[in-house]
Amino acid sequence: MKYINELKGLLKHNIRDYGMYIALIVIMITFQILTNGLFMSSRNISNLLDSAGYIAVLAVGVMLVIVIRHIDLSIGFLAGFLGAVAAILLMQFNMPVFIVIPIILILGICAGSATGFLVAKVGIPAFVATLAGWLIYRGAILLATEKTGTIIVDNDAFNAIGNGYIPSIAEVGGFHLLTLLVGLVGILFYIYSAIKNRKNKIKYEFDVVSKPIFVLQLLFVSGIMGYITWLLAGYNGFSWTVMIILLVVLVYHFITTKTVIGRHIYSVGSNPEAAHLTGINVSKITFLVFGSMGMLSALSGILFTARLQSATTTAGTLFELDAIAAAFVGGVSAAGGVGKVTGAVIGAIVMATLTNGMNLLGVGIAPQYMIRGGVLALAVIFDVMTRKQRA
Amino acid sequence: MSDYILEMNGISKEFTGVKALSNVNFKVERGEIHFLVGENGAGKSTLMKVLSGVYPFGNYSGDIVFNNEVQQFNKISDSVDVGIAIIYQELALFPDLTVYENIFVGNEIQKGGILDWNKAIVEAKKMLTKVGLKVNPETFIKDLGVGKQQLVEIAKALSKEVKLLILDEPTAALNEDDSENLLQLLLELKKQGITSIMISHKLKEVTAIADKATVLRDGETICTLDGSKGEITEESIIKNMVGREIEDIYPKRPKKDFGANVLELSNWTAYDPLLGRNVVSNVNLEVKQGEIVGIAGLMGSGRTELALSIFGNAAKYKIQGDLLLEGQSGKFKHPSEAIKAGIAYVTEDRKGDGLFLQQDIKSNISIGNLKNISPNGFVNENEEIVIAQGYRESLGIKTPSLQQLVGNLSGGNQQKVSLGKWLFVGPKLLILDEPTRGIDVGAKFEIYTVMNELINKGMSIIMISSELGEVLGMSDRVYVMAEGEIKGELSQEQASQEKIMELATQ
Repeated sequence: MKYINELKGLLKHNIRDYGMYIALIVIMITFQILTNGLFMSSRNISNLLDSAGYIAVLAVGVMLVIVIRHIDLSIGFLAGFLGAVAAILLMQFNMPVFIVIPIILILGICAGSATGFLVAKVGIPAFVATLAGWLIYRGAILLATEKTGTIIVDNDAFNAIGNGYIPSIAEVGGFHLLTLLVGLVGILFYIYSAIKNRKNKIKYEFDVVSKPIFVLQLLFVSGIMGYITWLLAGYNGFSWTVMIILLVVLVYHFITTKTVIGRHIYSVGSNPEAAHLTGINVSKITFLVFGSMGMLSALSGILFTARLQSATTTAGTLFELDAIAAAFVGGVSAAGGVGKVTGAVIGAIVMATLTNGMNLLGVGIAPQYMIRGGVLALAVIFDVMTRKQRA
Repeated sequence: MSDYILEMNGISKEFTGVKALSNVNFKVERGEIHFLVGENGAGKSTLMKVLSGVYPFGNYSGDIVFNNEVQQFNKISDSVDVGIAIIYQELALFPDLTVYENIFVGNEIQKGGILDWNKAIVEAKKMLTKVGLKVNPETFIKDLGVGKQQLVEIAKALSKEVKLLILDEPTAALNEDDSENLLQLLLELKKQGITSIMISHKLKEVTAIADKATVLRDGETICTLDGSKGEITEESIIKNMVGREIEDIYPKRPKKDFGANVLELSNWTAYDPLLGRNVVSNVNLEVKQGEIVGIAGLMGSGRTELALSIFGNAAKYKIQGDLLLEGQSGKFKHPSEAIKAGIAYVTEDRKGDGLFLQQDIKSNISIGNLKNISPNGFVNENEEIVIAQGYRESLGIKTPSLQQLVGNLSGGNQQKVSLGKWLFVGPKLLILDEPTRGIDVGAKFEIYTVMNELINKGMSIIMISSELGEVLGMSDRVYVMAEGEIKGELSQEQASQEKIMELATQ
């Protein structure tokens, strides 16, 4: 009984952090039942994660932009445009993949820094500056694909980014060995860092959950990680897209939680005046966040182009809104200063799950949009309500 | 039997733990000009906010009787409806609208939902004549000077058939001529039967036109002086304003000799391009090592602006003059440069621009000097906790955990977190802007004790404060500011509440 009460209290106090995980699980179980088990099949989950990839990386970037109280509307068409540039470099200039990818990422950083310059130095509201970017990149895609129309990319190495899977090394009873190993390492790493974190907290007399609850938590999260690994290992294993998302999440999670830069970003978002008066260079941080946004847009463009194996004239349409929606579903606060990398990715997965599940059920495109809109509204309502409760 | 237009009886109002008003009685006779005077924080503005319905009925205790009827204002428009108009120090006009639009905003002349602008212009002209303002009603507000804008505010009040006009420090931003005009206008309105309540720090104005003056101190009514009985003199007002004995809440520290000059300002002038005037003008000031220098003055006297201009020109003024920090010329363009040179600034508004309320205590303490505990840019969280723990103990921050969000702490503890943040930076010169505003006596004492410890360690402190007791109790030397200038410098022996008030209300 004591533990149930503790669990209840924990849920109540951290409902903002846990909310979207609970929502994701509820949505998944619902689809699982409605589709008679089709939804949680290895193949579908693999597909779902791949389709979430290019939005997930954008969501991580735009989450940080929203944390510092700005917005970026240009990211969708920037991704589309840079994807087209990648295709042109690969197909028309016959450049090798390992040169094209760094070039595209650097171009992305340049584009993002240009936005950063307008916002931080010239003082143009981000909404307007990036709306201008939206139009410019939209034109740029059309210009890039004007002569050729859709550019087919037949470079296998490049296309593998969006469609390929990590090598299996060996099959063990029909399972993908390397995937199992990666999953196992992930679980062990999670358990190790959770235990270390808890020990540290105890050492400094911070609040920690009681031991049984902690073990329960470990088992639960490891279980989910293990289950997904097992699901994917039963199909083709982890895709390169999933590996890239994991890498982006790891790097950005680390930067936002463990580095000086990360602290400065949240401080600027939390209270720009105080940050300025603490000696933090607010415009430098703004530059940096928009620069990273540009880089992630480029990455998103690469993922999308590789997935379609072609650059189309309409690539990137509405990506920005999907990414912003994902960030909000993932718990970023419009008031600034609050948001998590993991949240943004989960948000993107929630949105992709909705699309995927409704496609499986044969729901028409019209109700799909409405339902996704409803979920976004609910997520933000939930956020506002829980914030009030805490204040 | 006097004819009171307004009686406020036994008004008390509390902000989370701090008593802003306790049992205030305030009576205004019909047709008089009644001044409300008192130090910053005495409760004048709070009392007027209670009266005008900013704090709805039930949010305070006590009775408001207006025109012999007990009133229960739930919102501002309720007080407007019975004929009370309040004009705040920060004008509430729309700069991009015209004079006549501003006069009738919220009170538009209309017929069946359609606005009658022609009639509005005609009516606006009448109101403008009443207040003696000769401008075209179609002028945009932003093209008028502050003095004229003030008059437009009054015209707006008149258009609502005001019976009681409240002006909160109307002359604070006005020059001599405009102030004089305004006072004349009040006398004129008095002839037309309009009662006025005016809050002012300029005692000359009080003695010039007041029929009555009520003095508030620490949220209590001290007395009401009657001009017809010759009771309103500068001396009597100052005496009643400050009259408090300096309580023994200032920890003693032994006399000592100070070191060399840490900070020297000469002919220091800061021009604010947004306001279009000098916010600090021609300041000469020095701070010695190990000294606490008090800067007294009323709100808006340029003290905070002075601090911001020293602290890396944080507000982007145009600065003239020289700053020497330990003999080295300092031209700081960003707070980070000032911090590097050894200056720290604890802001006046700790919630607004001092702390990160959504973050926990340890992050707030470490943020100013994160690099110090972050080899290669990675924050060493263990060291961060150890450091935060150290300040929690040395400053007496009362909290169950360092993970507590700063937004959930009491004012005193928040202030200690602010202080801890800057001590971790390790400055030579610490500028404290209103270090004890809104915090309880116990926490005040603790902060004073910390200040004494710091100067013993060789730090120098500039303390900006509106609380005279604090200025006198803690400073080795006092500068008094008004209108952006230093009006006088007083040694600890010379300084008294009366002298400071005299200089500050010049």
